[in-house]
Amino acid sequence: MLIEKLKARFGAEILDAQNARDEETFTIDRERAYDFFRALRDEPDFDFNFLTDVTAVDWPERKPRFEVVYQLNSLNLAHRIRVKIGVDGADPWVPSVVGVWGAADWLERECFDMFGIVFKGHPDLRRILMYDSFEGHPLRKDYPYNKRQPIVPEIDPVVNPIRSSR
Amino acid sequence: MALPARWKDKIVPSDPSDEVMELQMGPSHPAAHGTIKFNLKLDGERIVDCDVEVGFLHRGFEKMCEQGTWTQCFPYTDRLNYASPCINNVGFALAVERLLGIDTTERCKYVRMIMSEVSRIADHLTCLGMAAHEVGGSTAGMYMVEAREFLYDLIEAVTGARVTVTWCRVGGVTHDLPADFTDRIKASFARLDQVLSDCDKMLSRNRVFIDRMAGVGKLSTQEAISYGLSGPLLRAAGVPYDVRKAHPYLVYDRMDFEVPTGDRGDNYDRFNVRFQEMYQSKRIIEQALAAIPEGPVTITDPKVVLPDKQKVYNSIEGLMNHFKLIMEGIHVPAGEVYQAVEAANGELGFYLVSDGSGRPYRVRVRPPCFLGMGALNKMLIGRMIPDIIATFGMINMIGGECDR
Repeated sequence: MLIEKLKARFGAEILDAQNARDEETFTIDRERAYDFFRALRDEPDFDFNFLTDVTAVDWPERKPRFEVVYQLNSLNLAHRIRVKIGVDGADPWVPSVVGVWGAADWLERECFDMFGIVFKGHPDLRRILMYDSFEGHPLRKDYPYNKRQPIVPEIDPVVNPIRSSR
Repeated sequence: MALPARWKDKIVPSDPSDEVMELQMGPSHPAAHGTIKFNLKLDGERIVDCDVEVGFLHRGFEKMCEQGTWTQCFPYTDRLNYASPCINNVGFALAVERLLGIDTTERCKYVRMIMSEVSRIADHLTCLGMAAHEVGGSTAGMYMVEAREFLYDLIEAVTGARVTVTWCRVGGVTHDLPADFTDRIKASFARLDQVLSDCDKMLSRNRVFIDRMAGVGKLSTQEAISYGLSGPLLRAAGVPYDVRKAHPYLVYDRMDFEVPTGDRGDNYDRFNVRFQEMYQSKRIIEQALAAIPEGPVTITDPKVVLPDKQKVYNSIEGLMNHFKLIMEGIHVPAGEVYQAVEAANGELGFYLVSDGSGRPYRVRVRPPCFLGMGALNKMLIGRMIPDIIATFGMINMIGGECDR
């Protein structure tokens, strides 16, 4: 039911729509993604006021290599959808949706940390679970699970001022 | 105290009235029950800026899940929210079962639901007890930790372990409820009731406790939704969103229970919502025990569930079946699924991607307290240092789940 509504509203912006296991998945293009998400949040037919999750999946053999996956939920209408954006491995960026949902702040930081996907327009895109000098992005498939990291020098708390929230 | 030479030119005497002091609180602070760091900028005791640093307990949960079979993920899920491991087990099992397109037995659904609710009470007792302890209510804290032990006894009687239960499997659970489980529940609940009533008297109308909690850590309904808060944090802000009601799983749609909400979105409401939820969980357990059907707790599909040990040791078919399932894992059809359960802290989601082999291609956990921590600096800026402890306690950050 949401498939028809979304197709009627967005037309060619939706590159692919699927319904599997009672879950609807839409693929969109990154260039128009921000407006698409805004419309999903604001238009009463969709009312996706709750960003459940932002993550990515790495498919090294595929083109585009990464899928950035958004899980959306509407608390008022009790429906969910999944939105995907295909992202090229050479220039992995998508627009940030921090302006649409506050939850995107930390979720996008984690996705950047784990996959190296750049969320353009994110006000404070830095690592969150890993430390700043960590090398590589651990959830990429080409990062070996048993890889060792170099020992990092101790950070002097007086010489280096502490981090601020933005 | 002699200062190191490299600090000399960094320390500039300044007018104390407009000085902003930098303070790093944590990562191992005695008043914060979790490994977390607050990078504070303080004007006196008032918080001007607070940068929350997480990740100290990161063990690569999602990466490690990709290395083994689907079944080998269960021990990892125990270690997400270790205050209520049964719920994590159930969530992961439900997600894999939906990917496989299989359904478990009726009794299994009831058993999973009962154990989820027992875990929820234990989790809330941990959260409230520790929070009370940290704001000075040590007596109530110790009472609640003792009550939690009654529930851990129940969990131990069913699963064989108190905390790291590894009790669910794809297609069922390892152990059914023991024969005397109803009596055990009755005995535990009788003692739990006493503790809850004592703690209610000690905390709910306690002047000191209310002063520390009421009006502190406030978030408006709008902000709470935008920041993706769920569970008691969202319900305290007045949104009656509960995965068990909005997207029912197991047999929650047959149970009669209420979703407690608050209206101010502060720490005191969060405390109350958690407290009331324990009574609702008791209601669910009592109804479920009255309605639970007899029967097996595991399905018998040989492609999913290990055969009986009798068959493994006495027939070549059983041995091969066992070998294939252990070495290759369950062959889950290619596809993806998002399954959410209502964990004690909120919406715990598993987003799984399978490429059709016996190993997960991607396991993603949507950790509820990670989102709560993301909103923490909004709750704290402009407040005082002691409010950090109360607010942090009410978010109930569990390091294993937040940092994975």
